[in-house]
Amino acid sequence: MSAKLETLCQSLQNILGERIGTLTTALGEVTLVVSAANYKGVAKTLRDHPDLRFDQLIDLCGVDYSTYGDAAATDTAGSPRYAAVSHLLSVEKNWRLRLRVFATDNDYPMVDTLTDVWNSVNWFEREAFDLFGIMFNGHTDLRRILTDYGFIGHPFRKDFPIFGNVEMCYDPEKKRVIYQPVTIEPRTVTPRIIREENYGGAQGTNHG
Amino acid sequence: MAEIRNYTLNFGPQHPAAHGVLRLVLEMDGEVVVRADPHIGLLHRATEKLAEERTWIQSLPYLDRLDYTSMIINEHPYVMAIERLLGVEVPLRAQYIRVMFDEITRIHNHLLSIGTQALDVGAMTMVLYTFREREDIADILEATTGARMHGAYYRPGGVYRDLPDRMPRYEVNKFKNAETVRQLNEARSGSLLDFIEDFTNRFPIYCDEYETLLTDNRIWKQRLVGIGVVSPERALQLGFSGPMLRGSGIEWDLRRKQPYEVYDRLEFDIPVGVEGDCYDRYLVRMEEMRQANRIIKQCIAWLRADSAKGAGPVMTDNHKVAPPSREKMKGNMEELIHHFKLFTEGIHVPAGEVYSSIEHAKGEFGVYLISDGANKPYRFKLRSAAYTHLSAMNEMAKGHMIADAVTIIGTMDIVFGDVDR
Repeated sequence: MSAKLETLCQSLQNILGERIGTLTTALGEVTLVVSAANYKGVAKTLRDHPDLRFDQLIDLCGVDYSTYGDAAATDTAGSPRYAAVSHLLSVEKNWRLRLRVFATDNDYPMVDTLTDVWNSVNWFEREAFDLFGIMFNGHTDLRRILTDYGFIGHPFRKDFPIFGNVEMCYDPEKKRVIYQPVTIEPRTVTPRIIREENYGGAQGTNHG
Repeated sequence: MAEIRNYTLNFGPQHPAAHGVLRLVLEMDGEVVVRADPHIGLLHRATEKLAEERTWIQSLPYLDRLDYTSMIINEHPYVMAIERLLGVEVPLRAQYIRVMFDEITRIHNHLLSIGTQALDVGAMTMVLYTFREREDIADILEATTGARMHGAYYRPGGVYRDLPDRMPRYEVNKFKNAETVRQLNEARSGSLLDFIEDFTNRFPIYCDEYETLLTDNRIWKQRLVGIGVVSPERALQLGFSGPMLRGSGIEWDLRRKQPYEVYDRLEFDIPVGVEGDCYDRYLVRMEEMRQANRIIKQCIAWLRADSAKGAGPVMTDNHKVAPPSREKMKGNMEELIHHFKLFTEGIHVPAGEVYSSIEHAKGEFGVYLISDGANKPYRFKLRSAAYTHLSAMNEMAKGHMIADAVTIIGTMDIVFGDVDR
């Protein structure tokens, strides 16, 4: 771990204290996980504290963890399913941080909005709402953004089929374009496989 | 007295100045924009979801199709992210080739950006000049990757193949006589590097031509100076990056501040604006092209085969990541197995998450990957600069005339493959 990252981790620990859920460093990147209750407060501190100064929010995206890893081996029933992951950048200090918050309720995932902390998050939150159905409490304009007008469902959830649920076609009798259930069979060309560690003599690449 | 009320104007999605399929709902007060609400997603192809269903290598060509005006630079953060997760070392020659092509694509992008912006505000000639040079760059890409646009050239562990020794030449046909062909082939008589070097020698003269056409042009300045002003504080708050951030006077360039590949060995300057208006951003882009040209020259000097340090492989020899050579594969059982496993099952990337970003021609282009150890990504998020820039449309266009909305779209340098993903 470089000296810079160590300074960052130390400052985070000193400043945030008990509000830190977990703080990890891997592949030269620092990841901070906070609880949904502390989320907004932590974000404000990250932006304003003179030792942190995260003045830019680069990215925010939703993640659906429902099929992560070998889903059969690990029981994921009780664990939180949706997370909002944001990437912060400090232009002044020249460092980055990943901030993750899990939504507590899997049926109605909701976290606070960050629009009044970083204005750039506006469309990213709309996107996460559109694609994952994560609600952002306090967002003033939470409309769909990427999917079609009148789209039903949240397409990037892991239980949403890649072909979708409806297809569009022209109905010669009604003389207009209609939606109907998809007619193509789903197929997998290359199956998803997770091999055990060091499969086929692969060298360990676990480096922190 | 007549009653005056605001009305709503629909702009796009099929509008020549919308740079693709942007639908803009403008609330107007006379000719002044009160509110601009961009509707995007008309080109949404769910690249991120598609990539979750394909192996790591299979999704690589999708990256080209994001920002289709600067193609192979898009692949860069993706391969870098995989390399970081795998812990693979990239040969130095491949790093130089990547940097060279990043800069070639940067010129490619800015030429289109400036040319079409001029076209949008009414200067027809400019686009004819810039597309003349884009033709040369398309030839370079074709000679290297085999495709004029979507190269799929970078691979985890290096680049797909080494630079060709021979530049393709024109032949005499019924449209081009021997004398024309001789002139066209003058720069093409040597290797690809010779052709690129010839281009870099010609390019500063071309830049001067563009500047003669635009920089002091009275109409150009009337359309751009003082339009879409963004203060440095707002630029940070709105998540700007690249020329949009530098135009507002913040000296921030990932190539310098968080160097990747071999950028720390190369010399170049970072241009910054003063006023933060459209004209400053135009000047920043113009200077960036000259700086990119400078970087390409340094890369060529290093890559020259006769300099001993420039020689070497362009792909890692770790066959869990990169395929073995065809020749070896045919004669060696183990290599055959590697080849087979690589192209049926794909690479297995260790579990973890990584965000890798580069200084794209449009700003910070990042890839956020979550791997659970499978042969496919678990989550794949693309962070494109144009998406964030477009989200500031309302703030930038508010209070301007409707004709200035077009200038602002032009200065954002948006491309819809990139915004909608």
